[in-house]
This record gives sequence, C-alpha cells and structure tokens, in this order.
Amino acid sequence: MISPRYHREKPQRYRLEAGKCTKCGEIHFPPRKVCRKCFAREFETVELPRRGKVVTCTTVWIPPAEFDDQKPYVNAIVELENGVRLTVMISEAPPDEVDIGTEVEIVFRRLQHGPAWEVIRYGYKARVIAG
Amino acid sequence: MRDVAVIGMGLTPFGELWDTSLRDLFAIACADCLEDAGVARDQVQSAYIGCMTSGLFVGQEHLASVLCDYAGLRGLAATRVESACASGGAAFRAAYLEVASGASDFVLAGGVEKMNDGADATYCLATAADQEYEAYNGVTFPGLYAMIAKAHMAKHGTTPQQLAAVAVKNHRNGAKNPKAQFPLEISEKTVLGAVRVAEPLGLFDCSPVTDGAACVLLAPVEFARKLGKPVVKIIGSGHATDAIALHDRKDPSTIPVVALAAQRAFKQSGLTIRDIDFAEVHDCFTIAEIVCTEELGIFEPGQGGPAAAAGKTARDGEFPVNTSGGLKSKGHPVGATGIAQICELYAQLTGNAGGRQLKNPRRGLAQNMGGSGGSCTVHILEVEQ
Ligand SMILES: [Zn+2]
Repeated sequence: MISPRYHREKPQRYRLEAGKCTKCGEIHFPPRKVCRKCFAREFETVELPRRGKVVTCTTVWIPPAEFDDQKPYVNAIVELENGVRLTVMISEAPPDEVDIGTEVEIVFRRLQHGPAWEVIRYGYKARVIAG
Repeated sequence: MRDVAVIGMGLTPFGELWDTSLRDLFAIACADCLEDAGVARDQVQSAYIGCMTSGLFVGQEHLASVLCDYAGLRGLAATRVESACASGGAAFRAAYLEVASGASDFVLAGGVEKMNDGADATYCLATAADQEYEAYNGVTFPGLYAMIAKAHMAKHGTTPQQLAAVAVKNHRNGAKNPKAQFPLEISEKTVLGAVRVAEPLGLFDCSPVTDGAACVLLAPVEFARKLGKPVVKIIGSGHATDAIALHDRKDPSTIPVVALAAQRAFKQSGLTIRDIDFAEVHDCFTIAEIVCTEELGIFEPGQGGPAAAAGKTARDGEFPVNTSGGLKSKGHPVGATGIAQICELYAQLTGNAGGRQLKNPRRGLAQNMGGSGGSCTVHILEVEQ
C-alpha cells in the first residue's frame, strides 16, 4: 500500500473520526461527501464511541498473505453504542470467547504486515470486555 | 423496446486450465457461440464482456481489444463490464438493452476469468469487498459469507447440515454436466468434515477457483423465429446495487439487493416467482444459495435451509435450483459465471441439457450477484411454446 492512501485514512483508523450530517444528524463512518439519508453536503467531525456489541462473527482460517501470521483470527461486525457498525478483527481473545452479543471495546493495534519497504499498517481492532 | 432472444451459446470446460490463456478461453467460447448461432462474424455489431479482475489475476486490462482481436473480431465495438462476480450478468443486461433499443441486431454477451495463473486468489477476490473498511481489517470473501451464515443460523436456526445439503445437491447436478470443474458426487460427511475456511464454512461450502469463459449471442426475436430452433426470449431484466460493505446493511442474514433486482425483473415480465420453473442461483457459498432462494421468494425467510435439506431444490424437487451444478460444482470463473448461468437456462429451455435435462421447462431465472451483495442482476428467459 502506498503511503498517501494510508495517510488519508488515518483520522478514521487512529481516532475513529466520523462525519455527522449537520442537517439530519446521520453519522457516517468513514466520513462522506454526500449524506446517504438527506443528500446534504455539510458535516461536522465527531468521534465514535468505543464500546459496542458483536452483531455477527467468524473465525478465519485461510487469510490473505498479509494476515497469515495472525491466523486463526476472529472477524466481527460490531455495532457501537450510537448504532454505527464496523468490521473489526478481535484482539487478544480465543475464538470461543466471541459470539453474537459479546461486548467489546475498540482498541488501537497493528493490523497487517506488508513487505518491509511499505508502511506498517495500524488501525482499530476490538477487545472483549472482561466480565 | 423490442423483444430479444438468445440464439446461441458457447461455453469452455471449467477448471484449472493451465494450458489455456485468458484470451484463448474467450476465443474458444466466442467461436463456439457464433457457430452454435449460425451467425457470421461480420454480422456481429458489438460485444459486452464481463470480467472481474484480469488485472490482478493475469496482469492484463484493456480486454475488449485483446479478446476481440484473438476471437477473430478485430474492429468490433466492444466493452469490458465489471461488477465483481456479477460482471457476466451486467454484461448480459448491457447486450440485451442494446438489441432491445434497436441500436444493434446482433450483440455478443460474454464473460471470462482466468483465476489460476499464480496470483493470490483470496486477495484478488477480496477486492470485491470494501478495501479500506473490510479487507483492511482481515476479512476474506469466505469470511463475509461466514458472517452471513452465522447471522442466518442465529435468526432462523439454519444448520450446518442444511448448508451441506446445498453442496451435496449441486454436486449431484454437476456430476451430469460435462463442462463442470468437479463433476463428482459428494456426501454430507465430506462437506461437514472438510477443512475449515471461515467458521461455519468449510472448504466444501465454498465455490472453487476456476478458469473459464462463456458467451451467448442475442438477436431480435423476429430473427430468432426464422431459425427453426426453439425461441428463447428474454422477458425480464433486473439490476440493482447496494452498499458494498456488509456492515453497512441493516441485517446481515439477508441480501436485499437480490430481492430488489428480482422485483425489477418480475415487474418488467409481469410475472411472479410462482410462474418460474427453475433457477440458476449465485451459490458462491452454500449459505448464499439458501439466502438467495429466500430473497427471490422461492421460499419464505428462514425456510431456505429446511427446503434444501428436504430436497425441494433438487432436479426432481418442486423448484429445481442450479441444475448445472451451480458455482459449487460447475466452478466459478467470476466474470464468466453470469453468462454461464444464462447458458444453462438456454440449454434447459431448448432441451439440450443432456443427463440433467428438466421435463419441458418453460421459464427459467438466472440470479448473479457481486461481492457480499453489493450488486445483483436477475434475468428471466422463456421458451416460446
Ligand atoms: Zn443528512
């Protein structure tokens, strides 16, 4: 991945910055130029809440090469407290501890290993909230 | 709009075809199609060719030029069409609309994919998902359908045995298809015991990595009536898109783009699913066939799994699905799949489906889907009585 493409997404990947439509209030993650709900074009930047619940999940046994060192890993769709959904990898939990409804929090992690000459790719994962 | 007919088809064998290149695959299917239609090459006015990602699989773009030249059609007006795994269906629709509009009389609709050429197929296919917000986080294509399966199981009680029933049935059909990549019958035990790909999906819940090409030729229905062959009309064409990311859609146990495309095709034809005799459905994974049969209205939501397990979608069942063997057994060269589905409808409706022939079917439906449900085409074909 070339670095301009990586740097462009950093506000989303590092800080969960979303775009809130100033007209109808719809929150878009990642931010968009046109509101999917009301078609307006003005937004304010808001950060997403960090806690949510698993909507659905899977354990991936056969990943693409950049993720091979992490297999098997759990991918999940998480619904955050404000209703926004993200696709995440679950960090630091064996597959059998993750299921629909499991409560998680978003954390900052290294995501993938590309070739040595490329940027190291960071972003968000989700961690199971203990107890 | 005027009525349009399919007047010929060409289909390469599907499989790991290491000795055949992308351009040669297309040339074979195209030449077979024109021969079958009995139309001379200089009568063909344009072509639409579905291909998902030849750039990643074999490093070749600009396909309209290279494919037409090697098919002996240098000079033809031609366009490559891309909509992930629905590229073939989208190409078919473009060709259909060009003939229906009256702009051209003879238009080729083709599809091709050369997936076995050394590229990382898991990576190439993941480009049909949201690169920045799904694939970046490690999700694979089987992973997306596994999350659909997990949600469907939680909501409706769908079981791994019901998923397996889809694979067993499609392999039973594919065993009768000489073009199929894996024309072998398999048992439920084989499916359930297979190596895991993405829970709850194992290797036999997934369609294979396939090389292949397919072509059909379209013409005005008045021309088709002069050929002395069964006349197969296109009576409905529906097309729709949805959000690319599974997490951006409300309910991951559904694939609403299928219902939307189907609704448009039914509206055009004035029919409902009850008027259709059989279907080719996009079974890229076993769960996909179950969800799509629900979205098409063949079964109620949640009933796709029990229906498959009860044999309702078998060749001798109440609504045969994927008589060709489907993507699962026939193979899934992604850009060619949508056209290969049309080929199966054409073969069945003209009585040329060999050992898997249905008894006098009148109308068939082909549903071709891109990604995890980001795009879909639905076409309805009818043979004139
Ligand atoms: Zn708005």
